[in-house]
Amino acid sequence: MDKVAESNMAATVAKLRSALPLAQRIAPRRGLMELDFPELWRYRELVYFLVWRDMKVRYKQTVIGAAWAVLQPFLTMVVFSLFFGKLAKMPSNGLPYPIFYYSALLPWTYFATSLQNAANTMVDHQNVITKVYFPRLLLPFSSVVSGLVDFSISFVFLLCMMAYYHIWPGPAILILPVFLLLEILTALAAGLWLSGLNALYRDVRYVMPFLVQFWLFASPVAYPSSVVPARWQWLYGLNPMAGVIEGFRWSLTGHGEPPGKLVLVSATVVLVALAGGVAYFQAIEGTIADFV
Amino acid sequence: MTDTAIQTRKLSKRYHGGEIRGRGYLRDAMREWFRAPGRNLRHGAAREEFWALRDVDLRVDHGEVLGVIGRNGAGKTTLLKILSRITRPTRGEAEIRGRVGSLLEVGTGFHPELTGRENTYLSGAILGMSKNEISARFDEIVAFAEIERFIDMPVKHYSSGMFVRLAFAVAAHLEPDILLVDEVLAVGDVAFQRKCLGKMGDVSRTGRTILFVSHNMGAISQLCQRCLLLRDGRVADDGPPGRVLGEYLKACAGSDGTDSRNWDRAGSGRVRIASIEILDGEGHACSTISMNRELRLRIGGEAECADVDFTLSIQFFTASGIPVLYLYDQFRNFRPRADNQFLIELRIPQLLLMPGAYYLHVWIGRAGMEDYDWVKNAAALEVIQGVDVPITLPLTQGQGLVFSALDATQII
Repeated sequence: MDKVAESNMAATVAKLRSALPLAQRIAPRRGLMELDFPELWRYRELVYFLVWRDMKVRYKQTVIGAAWAVLQPFLTMVVFSLFFGKLAKMPSNGLPYPIFYYSALLPWTYFATSLQNAANTMVDHQNVITKVYFPRLLLPFSSVVSGLVDFSISFVFLLCMMAYYHIWPGPAILILPVFLLLEILTALAAGLWLSGLNALYRDVRYVMPFLVQFWLFASPVAYPSSVVPARWQWLYGLNPMAGVIEGFRWSLTGHGEPPGKLVLVSATVVLVALAGGVAYFQAIEGTIADFV
Repeated sequence: MTDTAIQTRKLSKRYHGGEIRGRGYLRDAMREWFRAPGRNLRHGAAREEFWALRDVDLRVDHGEVLGVIGRNGAGKTTLLKILSRITRPTRGEAEIRGRVGSLLEVGTGFHPELTGRENTYLSGAILGMSKNEISARFDEIVAFAEIERFIDMPVKHYSSGMFVRLAFAVAAHLEPDILLVDEVLAVGDVAFQRKCLGKMGDVSRTGRTILFVSHNMGAISQLCQRCLLLRDGRVADDGPPGRVLGEYLKACAGSDGTDSRNWDRAGSGRVRIASIEILDGEGHACSTISMNRELRLRIGGEAECADVDFTLSIQFFTASGIPVLYLYDQFRNFRPRADNQFLIELRIPQLLLMPGAYYLHVWIGRAGMEDYDWVKNAAALEVIQGVDVPITLPLTQGQGLVFSALDATQII
């Protein structure tokens, strides 16, 4: 190596060194919650790259690419409209069945996909986890963020469908971001728990499909939550997706009752589950490379 | 800023049952938990525990090149894993000043569907580089990897050589302050390892700190100013490489290198070496052989399936890690029997090595395609002078490593 390159390198090293915190401490974990926000912020570009990779890979692998984001909820909507709607005559808050189902399948598909991707993320990245350090939290987090791209495509499709049926969103749509946030937090909370458990225990994988299916029918996707008797609504709200999905339907179409109580219960549950999820994930994060 | 790059205090790491715990079953964990409620779920079933590292106190200054040696399971890899923050210690703590990178963990985060360019950015980000840093070094990385023409092609279409070159280029351009190198875990062929060592030499000349885990005694004594010997997770010796290496080799000489359970191996494992036997010209097992005599090596093993072709090579190293003899025929393919087993005999009609100790590395694979199994220090061989050389004075490796038959004619 010649002198110039050497001095260049020395300069780069000096620059990099000054950009880093003076000393990193490596120690066993103490305390229940020790989220290192400055560090997470330093790694923000990695989230961007992970999401970007997910997109690239998926759109390269499937011929239909972006259409897949719409096709999956669309086909489910057709089946639901036919069987639960036309044949079983499920109440739909006065909405056309396609809108009634699609407006619920939109948040549901996002949730189910994010949950499954997040759950597998530690195992999928075992090669990386055992070789290099970065905050492991970024893996389930970026799975949940990746899902938002498909969600957006699917959302635009829903708006087109609504235009076709001449259903226009009212002022309630302004609250939609709140429900979306609640949904992202729900997916993140469940994703943190499941990704940790899945990394530690090899039988979690087999429980996943059942869990997702069970969760689908415990959420007001195929039916409105109004079929649940009023005195049991609070119990129903313990499933955070109940509040989220009813909230989506209501704020998008303006049909039905605002799901106030349901959402409050759901939001509380989510915050508790998320705090627990972060604590659990942190507890195992430091030694996860020994397991996967 | 102080001059300390790494400082550890009573660094310890405990594993449960076996070297790596591995994934358990949730149903077992839950059963345990119901039996003794209150115990943390993650501990799972109580299993036999062992300390991979125990009370390691270590101080490495900026610019120091420290070699780390020790037998398998001595805690070398665990030490690097803790220092690179891949896993946390059970007790004790370490303080690191500066950016940490590990050179040989190449290809981390590469995705076959993505192009070379995309993978460069992705892998760089995973290794801890910012987007701007990668952009700034992008041309340099591509030039180093010599793949300019293919940079926008998905890496699944790359040859394995191109893949490794790009992956290595990305890792090599991270330019960390502290470089952790685990040669034991290194992938790639011997030529590639040489390249890595070359890069390490460059890095050490720019005044950066290196922790170098290796079985290559030659490289350690060449590159390192200081050497750390680990034994059963503790620091057994720490000092100048000459002294520490001598200590280590003395301790090794008493042990049986042919026990395949202790082998230090790499490779995909599609074909695995199970035994290596050293025989003399009459076919009797031996561990010492006279110069100029016939030597036979019998390598036995097992493949995953009978339908796999492989080639075999053997390298002889001196105790100080100098490669002396290479046995290989790239066009001689072997194939396991129907029951997946194989036993191969190699015959060297006249062993021309000078007296001394030699260590054998055995490799099985397909040249340039895949390493099936690669066992370092699979066997040790002592060459003695014997009576088949026309010399009675004692010969040593100091005079040369190879002896040749001689036809001397007086012309005038």
